[in-house]
Amino acid sequence: MALIEHICGQLAAGEPVSVVGGNTKAFLGGRLVDEPLAMTEYAGILSYEPTELVLSAKAGTSLSEIQQVLDEAGQMLPFEPPVFGETSTLGGIMASGLSGPRRMHLGSCRDAILGVRLINGLGQHLKFGGEVMKNVAGYDLSRLSVGALGTLGVLTEISVKVLPRPEKETTVVCEVNQSDALALLSTLGRKPYPISAASWIDGQLYLRISGAGRGVDAAAEAIGGALVEDAESLWRSIRDLTHPVFQSADRWLWRMSVPPNTPVDGLPSVAFDWAGGQRWVFAEPDRIDVFEMAARVGGHATCYAKNRHVGTGMQPLESGVLRLNQRVKEAMDPHGLLNRGRLLEEAH
Amino acid sequence: MDTQQLVSALATGMHRERVLFKSQDVAAYECDGLTMFKAKPKVVVLPETRAEVCHVLKTCKAHGVPVVARGAGTGLSGGALPHADGVLLVMAKFNRILEVDADARIARVEPGVRNLAISEAVSDLNLYYAPDPSSQIACTIGGNIAENSGGVHCLKYGLTVHNVLSVTLALDDGSVVTVGSDALDSAGYDLLALSIGSEGLLGVVLEVTVRLLPKPEEMRVVMAAFDDVTKAGDSVGNIIAAGIIPAGLEMMDGPAVAAVEDFVKAGYPLDAEALLLCEVDGTVDEVADELERVESILRDSGATMLRVASDEAERLLFWKGRKSAFPAVGRISPDYYCMDGTIPRKHLSLVLNRMREMSKRYGLRCANVFHAGDGNLHPLILFDANDPEEVQRAEQFGAEILELSVEVGGTITGEHGVGVEKINEMCVQFSSDELTQFHSVKAAFDPTGILNPGKAVPTLNRCAEFGKMHIHHGQMPHPELERF
Repeated sequence: MALIEHICGQLAAGEPVSVVGGNTKAFLGGRLVDEPLAMTEYAGILSYEPTELVLSAKAGTSLSEIQQVLDEAGQMLPFEPPVFGETSTLGGIMASGLSGPRRMHLGSCRDAILGVRLINGLGQHLKFGGEVMKNVAGYDLSRLSVGALGTLGVLTEISVKVLPRPEKETTVVCEVNQSDALALLSTLGRKPYPISAASWIDGQLYLRISGAGRGVDAAAEAIGGALVEDAESLWRSIRDLTHPVFQSADRWLWRMSVPPNTPVDGLPSVAFDWAGGQRWVFAEPDRIDVFEMAARVGGHATCYAKNRHVGTGMQPLESGVLRLNQRVKEAMDPHGLLNRGRLLEEAH
Repeated sequence: MDTQQLVSALATGMHRERVLFKSQDVAAYECDGLTMFKAKPKVVVLPETRAEVCHVLKTCKAHGVPVVARGAGTGLSGGALPHADGVLLVMAKFNRILEVDADARIARVEPGVRNLAISEAVSDLNLYYAPDPSSQIACTIGGNIAENSGGVHCLKYGLTVHNVLSVTLALDDGSVVTVGSDALDSAGYDLLALSIGSEGLLGVVLEVTVRLLPKPEEMRVVMAAFDDVTKAGDSVGNIIAAGIIPAGLEMMDGPAVAAVEDFVKAGYPLDAEALLLCEVDGTVDEVADELERVESILRDSGATMLRVASDEAERLLFWKGRKSAFPAVGRISPDYYCMDGTIPRKHLSLVLNRMREMSKRYGLRCANVFHAGDGNLHPLILFDANDPEEVQRAEQFGAEILELSVEVGGTITGEHGVGVEKINEMCVQFSSDELTQFHSVKAAFDPTGILNPGKAVPTLNRCAEFGKMHIHHGQMPHPELERF
């Protein structure tokens, strides 16, 4: 608790506070102005009962510990969080709000969160949401905190929905160009097949089918394609961006979140995930027309380059939305003390 | 501002015929689904265009007049209860489905479109909109956004917040902003999640884009009877422990079963202490697999009777019983009061037993329907509204149930919202700092507080008067306030 008391005390005294979890996602957003405190010492699973489908843990709990405990009970985090390093924490995952390939099937990081305790910018330790699936008491400040990169509150405890691991998973691959892959996914999306991931890389469309045994076999047969061996490592490489397609020595990698059926024209992506909803684009360093490219198709872009040092690398917000973002920030952190520089530079 | 001045100001931007103020005209809007609370609004407006809605908001903001938005008025927590000095903004005329994109599996709709109308409109495309509150025939999508409505299938398919891609809101000053997008996430803070379930306090819904799902190839429901509620509750845990997430998992206790069977003749066994409906869906093969496993788990969990609906007609009949539970209880009592706490499922039998004891103590009957999969409990307290003393007992009974929900680690409202009904119990669930944080978020959207004032989040003064405060770390809340 010493860390929590320290953070509350600092903020209450009007001193800025920055926090990180395992610091594996420093490339997301702007560079922190203040020397960050590591939340990793505030760790430990608080409660987990598999039949309740809820796990609660302190924010600094490592993802690997959580996954081990879930694994033993045959369960998982539904949104398949990307892992960019062994030190990754639950708090860091929630603060960044990233989801992996299974997002298209079982929802996002923000969909899975049930409740948080957080320290607001006034140094008050508050609890929102809870440990139950359905809860509409008060504004949904738990979901608001997801993806806020610690700028609305320091997450200290988190309750998240978990799900049973599928009984069976099969991955099939078909050779198809990107445009045809999107068309095929549109068609498949209107059928009730339990497709839990759909990624296109280098002329190959990978489809993962998850669920009850016979159902998976039947769907895989109906969809067709060749069976993929060692699919687990394939999906891990797509989830964690370790697949060779995401590597480039001199260009910057951008994540484009777009309407899944956005045509390929004008969006030259090297790979996509989420059945087309998440596309990966390379661009020369410092090219900002990536934002225009995303905006034109109704999406937004985020820079994933580790060697970017200016700006937030995040899509500029439309003026009405920006104003609300700034006001919400002020409501949670009126003196602008939390994770200065990480998000919304304009708000400071 | 007197009524005539307000009517004139409103009529400068919309047709006068759709500005109602005569007592007999506004009387029809004096309550929503929570009929225990009534108030006649000063003025009712029925706008037809966005420009009219924005005009109403600008006018009201300029004159400090409260605005309460209303959809179909089916809400159960008084969220659309009019403000006696305010304008009731009836969004019923916004009832068009603007666009259906079958390939993208989305529908763009106006807020007054009924929940079920969306699924009906896309049925031929083999798609549907998943959240299905019991009132889905009548309730509107705008109201669903305000309340973050659930339904009997939300264990597997989620709540409104999981099935909406974007919402266009009119803000307090008449400006319009869209939160969310057709992409799966958006830049900046998640204002879409914040606006869903905000009970009309942050903005007025003008348009909604919902996500559509392909209809499952097959749906089968199994009905299981138990001679003991604990066994029924445990069977739910056993199904989930086996790695199965059914599409629907509903429980009713003996009194609820009796009321429903008498009304619907769904074939429910009258001697059951608890009845479970478990639906599995998916492809034909998936369903066959899961159904087999569910049946065997239920049998092992001590079910005294098991029946799988033999055809689609019987499946719908089984569900009709469950979905008619509220009106069925309405037939056996002059009035009923529906509660909405959510509890960790493991505490089900403790909570049911405590409620049985309360039922005796208050001298009021209570029937329970339960979204067993997600722990959302709807106790229906039976009473007679013509007896003021009995009304008071029913309210106390309800309040005690909600406090029990918080005590066992749950929440006072799972899906019906706080509205006016549960506003005092918010003081039990949240500390003064937490309530203050809610108020500052509200002020970020609506600094002068014209949108649905007095709902959802209590003032600290109100909590002090209510006298039941959440004691946080042993500290007395609101030391700055006088005690009453």
